[in-house]
Amino acid sequence: MSIGHTLLGLLESGPRHGYDLKRAFDDRFGHDRPLHYGQVYSTMSRLLRNGLVVVDGVEAGGGPERKRYAITEAGITDVAQWLATPEKPEPYLQSTLYTKVVLALLTGRGADGILDAQRSEHLRLMRELTRRKKDGDLADQLICDHALFHLEADLRWLELTAARLDRLAEEVRR
Amino acid sequence: MTSAPLLRATGLDKAYGPTPALAGADFSLRAGEVVAVMGPSGSGKSTLLHCLAGIVRPDAGTIAYDGRDLTALSDRERSSLRRTDFGFVFQFGQLVPELTCAENVALPLRLNGEKRRAAEARAVAWLARLEVDGVAAKRPGEISGGQGQRVAVARALVTAPRVIFADEPTGALDSLNGERVMSLLTEASRDTGAAVVLVTHEARVAAYSDREIVVRDGRVRDAEWAA
Repeated sequence: MSIGHTLLGLLESGPRHGYDLKRAFDDRFGHDRPLHYGQVYSTMSRLLRNGLVVVDGVEAGGGPERKRYAITEAGITDVAQWLATPEKPEPYLQSTLYTKVVLALLTGRGADGILDAQRSEHLRLMRELTRRKKDGDLADQLICDHALFHLEADLRWLELTAARLDRLAEEVRR
Repeated sequence: MTSAPLLRATGLDKAYGPTPALAGADFSLRAGEVVAVMGPSGSGKSTLLHCLAGIVRPDAGTIAYDGRDLTALSDRERSSLRRTDFGFVFQFGQLVPELTCAENVALPLRLNGEKRRAAEARAVAWLARLEVDGVAAKRPGEISGGQGQRVAVARALVTAPRVIFADEPTGALDSLNGERVMSLLTEASRDTGAAVVLVTHEARVAAYSDREIVVRDGRVRDAEWAA
């Protein structure tokens, strides 16, 4: 995810301090990976340098200065371009799991156990996400669904591979 | 979970003509747990469910349900057990088209001798629980697939069964409807303490279970059974 573009997008609704930006980001997108303060401030410095945000005001207090950032016209254009650009589909062609299966077969170990253990681990996570969906709001449900569909795709690959293990074993040992 | 299994199958064999569907399958189910039965098409998942539910008699092996040997019961005894202790949900609802949805849900109670008014009152309460009380007076042909599956779930739960057998209960539904049916089925079964044997090839459906087993070539990998 592009943190810079996401923070810029959050600024479109009005100027915010770095701390408010971090909180807004974590609330909406940081479920598993909340931002570090350092990431926010280094990103804002970069956006400032590139003319995508300006400092809208500074509050002096007992602690460090609190800068309030506002998005510029160039920043709004940058967000619009980012939103309109499709993400590159990731084919995962060199997945660790594929490598483990082939290596197991190459070295004469059974690959069934690897696939079974992985299925079990995937389903464990899918149960956790399903529970989280049940207790969460719509945003939680959507983010969990995204993860669930990807895990399900992995599992379909696992099942297909399990069904073709004998053939795969013959090919890799040839 | 540490309690003794409510349902336990050992060494089940079943063949249809020369084709083996089950070859030494083992399975266990504890009271109140939801177990997903997964595996590729033709692996023997549905045959296992039919054997466990007493619908099909295995060629070999034993099935112990609550201390009774299911394979030793007569057809009549197994039929009676299915009406009192088991509930069923299939892929296509299998509702009786001539009856209203309330009458469909009340049917197992009526077969068990309950009076019409009391049976239909309980049926309507279950339809409300499954969020489809609005279809009580409609016939199955007049409702959507998602509503039909909720009616089927209500029918499976109305007799307060100890085990619900669900064979691809969301197989004919879109993702949203399938999810809602699974959510309602598992919530209601947990509230009533019913165990669920859930046959599915969809991992997102299996994710509603407490644990999964995999059937492959008529055999089962069941870590709980081995424990």
